[in-house]
Amino acid sequence: MEVFLFSTFNGVLYGMLLFMLASGLTLIFSLMGVLNFAHASFFMLGAYFAYQISTYTGFWSALLVAPLIVGLVGALVERYGLRPVHRFGHVAELLFTFGLAFVMEEVIQMIWGKVPVPYDVPELLNVAAFEWRGLQYSAYRLFMLGVSVAIFVALFLFIAKTRVGLMIQAALSHPQMVQSLGHDVPTIFMWTFGFGCALAGIAGVIGGNVLGTEPSMAITLGPIVFVVIVIGGLGSLWGALIAALFIGIIDNLAITFDVSIYPLFALFGVAREAEGIMSDLVNLTSGGISPVLPYLMLVLMLIFRPRGLFGTRDV
Amino acid sequence: MLEVRDLHAYYGKSHILQGVSLDVNAGEIVSLLGRNGVGRSTTIKAIMGEVEPHGSIKFKGQEIAGLKSHSIAQLGLGYVPENRDIFPTLTVRQNLLLGQKSARNTGRWSMEDMFELFPNLRDRADTPGGVLSGGEQQMLAMCRTLMGDPDLVMVDEPTEGLAPQLVEKVAELLNEIASRDLSILLVEQKLTIALKISARVYVMGHGEIVFEGTPEDLRRNEAVRQEWLEV
Ligand SMILES: Nc1ncnc2c1ncn2[C@@H]1O[C@H](COP(=O)(O)OP(=O)(O)OP(=O)(O)O)[C@@H](O)[C@H]1O
Ligand SMILES: [Mg+2]
Repeated sequence: MEVFLFSTFNGVLYGMLLFMLASGLTLIFSLMGVLNFAHASFFMLGAYFAYQISTYTGFWSALLVAPLIVGLVGALVERYGLRPVHRFGHVAELLFTFGLAFVMEEVIQMIWGKVPVPYDVPELLNVAAFEWRGLQYSAYRLFMLGVSVAIFVALFLFIAKTRVGLMIQAALSHPQMVQSLGHDVPTIFMWTFGFGCALAGIAGVIGGNVLGTEPSMAITLGPIVFVVIVIGGLGSLWGALIAALFIGIIDNLAITFDVSIYPLFALFGVAREAEGIMSDLVNLTSGGISPVLPYLMLVLMLIFRPRGLFGTRDV
Repeated sequence: MLEVRDLHAYYGKSHILQGVSLDVNAGEIVSLLGRNGVGRSTTIKAIMGEVEPHGSIKFKGQEIAGLKSHSIAQLGLGYVPENRDIFPTLTVRQNLLLGQKSARNTGRWSMEDMFELFPNLRDRADTPGGVLSGGEQQMLAMCRTLMGDPDLVMVDEPTEGLAPQLVEKVAELLNEIASRDLSILLVEQKLTIALKISARVYVMGHGEIVFEGTPEDLRRNEAVRQEWLEV
């Protein structure tokens, strides 16, 4: 039971991290029609910046400053990269972000090398927050959860209550009308892009020291974020939240409770002692297939409900 | 107030506006009439910068051809599009708030003014714009643009699809707007309200102005009406 709870808790945490990436990605997509392949690279950038800054002034200033710089880099990328490419259409934009992801990875390797950098959890929080029936839960993980929930609440309030949030909502369906009311929509796009990148940056700052800060971290996480926004429904923040939590929890449970998936095969009458190729399959466990689970869900979702859980249009 | 000279516009290769010239003077209601598809909406969109204009467009003495539409709006040109473009998920109040050009309303129209003109909007202040009736959406669209305190409003077919008593209401509002020292460029297809409230009218046919004069001139000119207006 306690193992189940702890594992679910970790799942929620992982899910909230995914949400921080997915929310920005889905917002940018629904506003500008751009599927930003480089989105997870901004997550990585956040982790590296946080590492670098924390070597000078410590973790707490990094938590503040790194996302700001990442957001600024994002805004510049939109203004001087994406916007000129925009008039060549969405395919060109897609290719641009695709290329950008590789460029960012290479640049990071050039600066910080191929091996993980020693970006660690801050001393202050590197303790157990509580112990329950012999299991310890780290204070840093609680802190991560707190930050991600706070970001989530702030994001929703921002979109629902502020004037800029209203402009963003209005521009989702009628960008031209928003502009003819006198609002500078291209600039709103630029800052929304930067803001989405900053959210990914925050996830990098608080997640990089737990997940490991290395040049492949974007490539590892990026595809899962895409799965999240497709399952949640492109453009839907709520969908992104639910899908992120769902994938986070499933992933953790599948690994923690490394159950055999043989019963699935039994359903189809495959014998336990199957020969040849089947013998490997029937002996798989849920932990073994956990990396592929999100993609399996993606494929099923696309087949049976292409608009995702909360989406309003097909992918 | 607004001087358009030799305006051309294109959709891809098709040459839609072929040298349109028109004027709107301060405090004046001017109508732009014509059949479907002659390019009336395109004219307004080109003035607003939503379609690329070729030619000269002066607003309050300043050349605006080539500016972005938000800058044009900031100069005091308001636009109410044909399809109204209400923000469907935002409430009536939020729609109106976005009409304001900045967070503080310093213009000559307050939200209270709007609610007094259209008590319906007050009753529905907190409902999403998307569920309003066509007539209510039209009123909301006009009020939203007024909240930005324009000096000239371009209104594209405000009476399209409205019941007769709502059409009257629109005419009333347009007169009310003009009485607050605003100019109006009204695009219409039917002559009903246009002849009643306009100081001058233009008739458009195939991307050009084919007639210009007072409503009285147009009433007398059977030939123009038959060739360019009646179906
Ligand atoms: N986005 C577009 N792409 C290509 N052609 C267009 C586009 N919009 C309008 N047109 C064409 O331009 C011409 C003028 O259209 P416009 O909308 O200005 O007409 P209109 O006078 O406002 O008439 P109505 O509003 O009754 O359709 C029409 O022939 C129309 O088919
Ligand atoms: Mg039209």
